Amino acid sequence: MLIGHQPKDFLLAVEGLTVSFDGFKAVNDLSFYVEENEIRVIIGPNGAGKTTVLDLICGKTKATSGAIHFRDKDLTKMKENQIVQAGVGRKFQTPSIYDDLTVFENLEISFPRGRSVFGALTFKRDAIVRDRVEEVAEMIFLKDRLNMSAELLSHGQKQWLEIGMLLIQDPDLLMLDEPVAGMSVSERIKTAELLNTIIKNRSVLVIEHDMKFVEDIAHKVTVLHQGQILSEGSMEKVKNDPKVIEVYLGH
Amino acid sequence: MSDNARLVNRPELLGILALAVLLVVILPLSLDVFRLNLVAKYLTYAFVAVGLVICWGYGGILSLGQGVFFGLGGYCMAMFLKLEASSPENTKIQSTPGIPDFMDWNQITSLPFFWKPFHSLTFTVIAIIAVPAFFAFVIGAAMFKRRVGGTYFAIITQAVAAILTILIVGQQGYTGGINGMTDLRTLNGWDIRPDHAKIVLYFFEVACLFGCIFIAQFIRRSKLGRILVAMRDKEDRVRFSGYSVANFKIFAFCVAAIFAAIGGAMFALQVGFMSPSFVGIVPSIEMVIYTAVGGRLSILGAVYGTLLVNFAKTSFSESFPELWLFGLGGLFIAVVLAFPNGLAGIWSDYVQPQVDKLLRKKSPKNGWTDASVADGAPAE
Ligand SMILES: Nc1ncnc2c1ncn2[C@@H]1O[C@H](COP(=O)(O)OP(=O)(O)OP(=O)(O)O)[C@@H](O)[C@H]1O
Ligand SMILES: [Mg+2]
Repeated sequence: MLIGHQPKDFLLAVEGLTVSFDGFKAVNDLSFYVEENEIRVIIGPNGAGKTTVLDLICGKTKATSGAIHFRDKDLTKMKENQIVQAGVGRKFQTPSIYDDLTVFENLEISFPRGRSVFGALTFKRDAIVRDRVEEVAEMIFLKDRLNMSAELLSHGQKQWLEIGMLLIQDPDLLMLDEPVAGMSVSERIKTAELLNTIIKNRSVLVIEHDMKFVEDIAHKVTVLHQGQILSEGSMEKVKNDPKVIEVYLGH
Repeated sequence: MSDNARLVNRPELLGILALAVLLVVILPLSLDVFRLNLVAKYLTYAFVAVGLVICWGYGGILSLGQGVFFGLGGYCMAMFLKLEASSPENTKIQSTPGIPDFMDWNQITSLPFFWKPFHSLTFTVIAIIAVPAFFAFVIGAAMFKRRVGGTYFAIITQAVAAILTILIVGQQGYTGGINGMTDLRTLNGWDIRPDHAKIVLYFFEVACLFGCIFIAQFIRRSKLGRILVAMRDKEDRVRFSGYSVANFKIFAFCVAAIFAAIGGAMFALQVGFMSPSFVGIVPSIEMVIYTAVGGRLSILGAVYGTLLVNFAKTSFSESFPELWLFGLGGLFIAVVLAFPNGLAGIWSDYVQPQVDKLLRKKSPKNGWTDASVADGAPAE
């Protein structure tokens, strides 16, 4: 398949990735490649290993074997915060925000400056930070909620806030785990709109179950099943793949 | 948001002023020297409590071993004072004059190498800060880099407290053993025992305490303070926002250790001795209770909590010594269950609104919910 390509062409190259939890291989000899500015969607039944793949890329889980190259860096050898600083941002499946802080403070913490202990002590909330936070808050529909405690946001707003926290990091690879799960129809439409603006000039890896949503945004789809690739290609191709219909789309 | 630029906002400033008036004017004017010295002794624990607000209240790192750092600071100070008290003239009846008495009793005939630098006050002052900071750094790095946290960390700190106590008691010849270092007399030739010296030391201690309060306040108001709050809540989110969570935890733990050590050094000066009974598990837990009672999110609350619990302890244990520990345990449980934000929480929930109403001021609204809890400090 794509193995013959030179890794240089890709932003992200996952090769032979395997992780086993007490003998259970949640991800099994997985290889895939993501290009610059590509929007890749990973779909698959529950427990297929989708979240685990993101965990492996962002360093939350250590791979048993295999390699993950991001540009010229080997992510399997890096710490989580170094991976973030290299340009990989990740949204968790359940909204993960700081309930005790305001929306403004949530976004400010994600602003990529003053990440060392000393840097955080001497961090100044200057005009650059303020403007950027307001700009992002506008994009995520929370401009008038900046001083509100994040705890009081609705579920959908929390999802947006976390997306905003990633956005302010300006990552080259943005990984989103089920960004529209649990959202109302109107929130979904707004989120699709939001994603369409934020995916410009970066690569995005999205996990999603909502097929309508997937069709709207995906350049290419990877179908995962039992930790392995079942099918890969355009939405059209994947949708008509009999194997995919059997294990995933059929029901 | 404009609040961020300033170190303290108005209610916080009022709280600090109220505490200053209490400690600098009211208590010295209304108490005799004996009682003032008692307050001074209590205040040495307030340093520990303020450190715990940063480490535990904000950072979520519960240390049940702060007595270790209190002890390290206290012993550093006591070693200097002991050496000064053990001049050859003062100790000429010993078989080896010029060394501390307990060494002589333990057949030690020359000053151990690690005691020698404590002839210098400059070295001692540096050691009071550096030794506990180094220990906290080593413990913190070993634990937090390995992602040991929560209950496990608390248990480890307890173990460290137990080990250090055993070490001090066991190494009698070097440490004075179970009796500790007693009979401390002068600081660079200045007698620390008479009443006027106690009063001078009291004011010096209050000044140091306010220094620590301002440092804690600075940390709380900085982005680092907000990162600590964020970490307490969603450690992974902080990590995946590009921060090294372990480094921030180590920092908070070291700050708490340094504050505790300053308190310990003050203790040696104020009380005139240092012993392993301030190092172990029980005192370490008591220090956490002071913070919990005062309110673990309130820097000033921690000071009031320390004073109140200690006053209660003194009056209570005079009449019912065997009941005190039960009383303390009960107090802790009651606070944790009913008032998780301690006295400061009660103040900001019940008293502050009344005060505001009385003064017909509109309640100062703060964007940060935590800050509004932390603002409150029970005035006298
Ligand atoms: N840390 C872990 N230890 C043990 N097993 C794990 C661990 N993480 C994931 N698994 C298992 O690996 C499998 C894949 O899980 P994963 O969360 O990646 O699935 P998913 O594709 O994201 O599913 P969903 O659509 O439900 O989110 C599951 O069977 C899960 O139980
Ligand atoms: Mg998942």
